[in-house]
Amino acid sequence: MRFNTIEHTADIGIEVEAESLEELFAGAARAMFSIMVDLDGVSAVLSREVSLDASDLVDLMFEWLNELIFLVSANRLVLCDFEVGSVSGERLEATVRGEEIDSGRHSLELEIKAATFHEMVVEERGEGWYARVIFDV
Amino acid sequence: MSGARRIGDFAWEIPTDFKPGMRVPGVVFADEELFEAAGRDKALDQVANVAFLQGIVGRSLAMPDIHWGYGFPIGGVAAFDESSGVVSPGGVGFDISCGVRLLNTGLTEDEVRPGLRDLMATLASNIPKGLGTRGRIHSTESVLRKVLTRGAREMVGMGYGHEEDIDHTERGGAYPGADPARVSARAFERGADQLGTLGSGNHFLEVQVVEKIFMEKEARAFGLHEGQVTVMIHSGSRGFGHQVCTDYLQVMDRVVNRLGWELPDRQLACAPLGSGEADDYLAAMACACNYAIANRQAQMHWTRESFEQFFKASDRALGLHLLFDVSHNVARMEDHQVDGRRRRVCVHRKGATASFPAGHPDVPAAYSEVGQPVLIPGDMGTHSYVLVGTETAMKESFGSTCHGAGRTMSRSKAKKTIRGPELKERLERQGIVVLAGNVKMLAEEAPEAYKDVSRVVDVCQGAGLSSKVAMLRPMGVLKG
Repeated sequence: MRFNTIEHTADIGIEVEAESLEELFAGAARAMFSIMVDLDGVSAVLSREVSLDASDLVDLMFEWLNELIFLVSANRLVLCDFEVGSVSGERLEATVRGEEIDSGRHSLELEIKAATFHEMVVEERGEGWYARVIFDV
Repeated sequence: MSGARRIGDFAWEIPTDFKPGMRVPGVVFADEELFEAAGRDKALDQVANVAFLQGIVGRSLAMPDIHWGYGFPIGGVAAFDESSGVVSPGGVGFDISCGVRLLNTGLTEDEVRPGLRDLMATLASNIPKGLGTRGRIHSTESVLRKVLTRGAREMVGMGYGHEEDIDHTERGGAYPGADPARVSARAFERGADQLGTLGSGNHFLEVQVVEKIFMEKEARAFGLHEGQVTVMIHSGSRGFGHQVCTDYLQVMDRVVNRLGWELPDRQLACAPLGSGEADDYLAAMACACNYAIANRQAQMHWTRESFEQFFKASDRALGLHLLFDVSHNVARMEDHQVDGRRRRVCVHRKGATASFPAGHPDVPAAYSEVGQPVLIPGDMGTHSYVLVGTETAMKESFGSTCHGAGRTMSRSKAKKTIRGPELKERLERQGIVVLAGNVKMLAEEAPEAYKDVSRVVDVCQGAGLSSKVAMLRPMGVLKG
């Protein structure tokens, strides 16, 4: 899995490449959290199960990343480990791990308000998968 | 596809053949330099995309601080007919009712400057900020419901401010039509303990001084004079509003699929005005607006308390009066003249401020003779402005003007070229005290990452969309 950030005048985006859909969704989550926090300082001490249904793969990516943003915003978690069990059709099952935000210990960088649909891509490319997501920060 | 053409000193038209599918032309209010800046990213394309939407009336507009957003451009203004048009959550944005309020003080720079660093520290300890910070108000669901329908009124009732604050807030402190039943449980969860938090990113609290007055009569009506200290708060609806937008984008996405509409950008998902989905969104959006107004009210209350603690006098004795509170991410039903007749339209302002003239029914009584105050936050190293609404804005821009400087440099480029600690030092040398949760991240908000705010407000003045009343210079900056 590889990811990089995309230049955007006001906000920030990510591009992710992976061999499988599961890896792509896990990679997108990791890329997003790497914008929010220095992931080296985050430990996987607690876990949450995530189960989602969507209308297509783009919608599923939108739901997935916004679900994780919800865990940050409402439950004050930072996440570092994303075990995406299966992505089949428009369903996703995953276990995500991390810990509660501790502003004294974690190097918090940018708050992400949401993942947007703007120019979002989730598609098969060659032997693998590609995703592009722009966030509102 | 044909290009944009200049149609005035401060206006450029994007013709309907710029992109096949546009229902109306676009107009960007800009001078040559700002227009060229808008052409460097995808902002003009986004002005064209908005013109694809059903029932758009007049023109798809962009203010001079236009830049690439998601869905609508930042600085985008569009109006949709009440019977044939749509409402689009992406045309308001995730930070519903992100906005600005300005608190006047009776203090001068000389009185505030000596203890400024300590005053800023007091403000920083009283106002929660940054990512993952709990607010000081642990609102139960029943309290939150009242805040969502009554906005600043509820906060004042709870002891966060004075009755007269309500008269100095847009819409009398509360957007009408708010219905908490249209808000998801998840938004309630996110909103529960973020009321009264500043947030991060471009949000800030600034202690400023009035450096220059441009219009005496208007300044007097706004209670402003040169040398006076003011406090500006730029904050929004926090996780509550972000979740409302996220929820309704998916609702609207399904509507678009059902109706078989082809949109140039999925983020422009929308629903016909008058449909259940549109009504639900507008009712939930009004809740988020009230949350945002209440959020800024709480922060202003703690600002007053900080000044009271510091200067050992009451907020009234210190002359801490709210000038005004504006929202610059919002959609509202308004009456406008379109093609020679009065029409009820849903005006979307995404990074744009209402700019109503004297006598307009939505201008509070205190300002009805001069027009609505327009509050423009600049970047932390230069200036902010107080403008006033105009008749021309009603004719040209559905009563709208700019909302800020507008970014010109991406966050990653800013971080690569500017170092946070050096920026902090540079600002301190300019006499600006900066307190930031994460100094490294300060670089993303550096003055050079923004357009020149003075140029933006001058173009607005040149185009007649608003007039300059006062220029404010930062003394102390609090960032998340």
